[in-house]
Amino acid sequence: MGMSTFPPDISTTGYLVDRLFWLATGLTGVAFAAVVGALGYFLVRYRARPGRRAFYTHGNSPRALLLTGGLALVVFLLIDVNLAYHDHVAWAVVWGAPPSAREALRVEIMPEQFAWNIRYAGPDGQFRTKDDVTTINQLHIPANRPVMVQLSSKDVIHSFFLPNLRIKMDAVPGMVTSLYFQAKRSGTYDIACAEHCGFGHYRMRGFLVVEESGEAFNAWLAEQINEGAPDLSWGWQWAVSAPRASGTHPRRFASSREMRSISGTEPRKSLGDFSGQREASGVPGLGREARHE
Amino acid sequence: MSKTLSGRSFWRRCVFSTNHKVIAVQYLITGILFLAMGGVMALLIRWQLAYPWQPIPLIGKLLFPGSGGAVTPEAYPMLFTMHGGIMVFFAITPILLGAMGNYTIPLEVGARDMAFPRLNMLSYWLLFLGSALILLSFVVPGGAAGFGWTIYTPLSSSTEVSPGWGQDLFILGLALDAVSILMGGLNYITTIMQLRAPGLTLRRLPLTLWGLFYSAVLNTLWLPIVAAALFMVLCDRRLGTAFFVAGPLAPHAGGQVLLYQHLFWGFGHPEVYILIFPVWGLVGDLLSVFSRKPAFGYKATVVSMLAITILSGIVWGHHMFTSGMNPLVGKAFMLLTITISVPTAIFFLNWLGTLWRGAIRLTVPMLFALGVVFVFAIGGLTGLFNALQTFDVYIHDTYFVVGHFHYTLAASVLFGAYAFIYYWFPKIFGRQMSPLLGRLHFGLSFLFLNAVFSGMFVVGLHGHMRRIADATTYEFLKPMQAWNVWIGWAALGLGLAQLLFFYNFVRSLLQGRAASANPWQAGSLAWTVSSPPPEHNFEARPRVFCGPHEYGVPELTDGDWLVQTDPRATTLAKN
Repeated sequence: MGMSTFPPDISTTGYLVDRLFWLATGLTGVAFAAVVGALGYFLVRYRARPGRRAFYTHGNSPRALLLTGGLALVVFLLIDVNLAYHDHVAWAVVWGAPPSAREALRVEIMPEQFAWNIRYAGPDGQFRTKDDVTTINQLHIPANRPVMVQLSSKDVIHSFFLPNLRIKMDAVPGMVTSLYFQAKRSGTYDIACAEHCGFGHYRMRGFLVVEESGEAFNAWLAEQINEGAPDLSWGWQWAVSAPRASGTHPRRFASSREMRSISGTEPRKSLGDFSGQREASGVPGLGREARHE
Repeated sequence: MSKTLSGRSFWRRCVFSTNHKVIAVQYLITGILFLAMGGVMALLIRWQLAYPWQPIPLIGKLLFPGSGGAVTPEAYPMLFTMHGGIMVFFAITPILLGAMGNYTIPLEVGARDMAFPRLNMLSYWLLFLGSALILLSFVVPGGAAGFGWTIYTPLSSSTEVSPGWGQDLFILGLALDAVSILMGGLNYITTIMQLRAPGLTLRRLPLTLWGLFYSAVLNTLWLPIVAAALFMVLCDRRLGTAFFVAGPLAPHAGGQVLLYQHLFWGFGHPEVYILIFPVWGLVGDLLSVFSRKPAFGYKATVVSMLAITILSGIVWGHHMFTSGMNPLVGKAFMLLTITISVPTAIFFLNWLGTLWRGAIRLTVPMLFALGVVFVFAIGGLTGLFNALQTFDVYIHDTYFVVGHFHYTLAASVLFGAYAFIYYWFPKIFGRQMSPLLGRLHFGLSFLFLNAVFSGMFVVGLHGHMRRIADATTYEFLKPMQAWNVWIGWAALGLGLAQLLFFYNFVRSLLQGRAASANPWQAGSLAWTVSSPPPEHNFEARPRVFCGPHEYGVPELTDGDWLVQTDPRATTLAKN
């Protein structure tokens, strides 16, 4: 039962998260020690003894108010504002600077009870085409290359959690959410579901396989393409422009008809619409246009 | 005892009574029974996590006969769902709001009863009906609800993924309880505002009543929202609407999944303060009584509570940092959340100020009040970690969060409930509880409770997700299994320590030493009448001359305190 804290960090940004924790622990630790120290001291020093009467004060004097208010403000500035500032700085790196669509590996993940459906665009760079690669529970990525993931859900809310990269994002039905990350150490790691999604929640485990190099990853991908027959029942087109670097990430709402369409619960006919010529020309599968088809 | 009381039938006197003291005891008994039930569920949860899929010793075969005494994957979500729902709505709320509110408010404001006695009775019986539905849900086919006490949609709102009437009964039971608490809240506000004795200005109210007042204000503001959301979930389940269903599960156009989370946490975050305010108020009063010193910074404390009341309504988004909500909105929620530190810090400083230069008596209720200060310091400070967006993304939905909200909502609130029971027991039942057993109960509870919940921080920091039935499924959680075993045994210790309380409670009820009218030498109005009080509390309307915290008054020679009805206060008291 070692005093282990975090699981090993294999990401380029996880240290920022860990550092926030230690900073918060240090600052709040001082506040906690001060409260408990004063509490313990007062309990001993001012314990009831025969013949001693308490000091009669209501603590409502301007001096007392200034003291408590002032101390509270100092605590606020030294601990809260300090932490919020560091969080702001960390956020800008972890969530606010998405990689460009060209350099990043793009992956779509659409979980269902209780598995992770994973999709790569294949050589044509378009999702939901015949050269796609789809896997279940196996997310292969190259080390040292940014990865951009878009998430939605086939049924209930799931949460895509990479403990070794210190990030998670909910997969919400009817929405597309996203996150990005970069691994710097090869190996096999856990993908966990962090949102209760039913009785099988505890065993909704996936595997993140970080390949040592881009070549190794490409070789794996090529192998998968040769195996052929990707699952075309779900998937969506990405917005042409890459996510803005303003701290927001792409987040669009889709009607259930659109979502049904991208998740494959509608008849084949509409599927044909999606895999046709227009898709290659960049019709966003989740845009308003889809509704008028 | 009053003659009118004995003239009525048993049913009118003890069951269908409109008397606030009888209703308070009804709430108390209901709450304690559900507390025991929720506690046993917690132990079953911890057993499963410590020894996954192993048969439970002693009671396993009785509870899970189909699986040879082991928890099943289907049963585990029911356990944590019902543990959360029962503890929040049917254990802590009835004890702290129902029992403490009903018992103390009329007595402390110098009234004969609540403003609306019949509404009061209706509140309790709605809770009773709600709890009956909750109990019923365990035995219907398909079993109890299993979507988590937060009832997240579409897991909860789709009968495709959560079939069975047990789920509906849980939602309906909660909704009924929400209506009951809402009615109680209206009653509390009206009574505190309208029925105060002459001279009892707002500045002279005990802090417990301020806590109950703000709590009632939050209840009347936010409970209707969650009650409406719950009915909408029921409509989604049974009437084919799609308020909160989207994506492939949605029957027609689909609704908005996140809307439910906004509605739920719009209530859910104030709920934290709904439960903790009465405790904070009680702690303020108890620290004053047992330090024999006026509550330090009374006005600042009351204003801080008001500030938190307002802030609590605009911070709910910090529960949704990973929901896909716009992160810029998240930043605003983070900043608003950390602002709560300021009034909370004032609270702590005033508690310490009350102890400073006091004459501290470590009675059992005082120990529990001091315990609240300690555990809430941990709970409050770890709240800051959760408020930090970037860090929260990592620990969201892990045991770190579970540890945090158990320090605030379980540890603090439980200690608060015990402080209430140990302090008010002599007044309610006219008998003393055993101080020795009480001290033992406190010491063991304090020890085991910290062992349990600090262990949760450790596993949570390692990424241990909440609501998973078996951590050994995951490679990265393997090192945490030893901690799960540790937490399991500590939880058992905590559970067993509560037997001391039950024993003490029942034994004192039957054969405790008779209590005097004012065993704690307290100053507020309730302690000016006999223990237990007469049916309508006060023979004549009391007249109030000072605040409730006039302890350590220098000029006094007969004792060191003034009760609020003491006319000498006009010259001696400063408040």
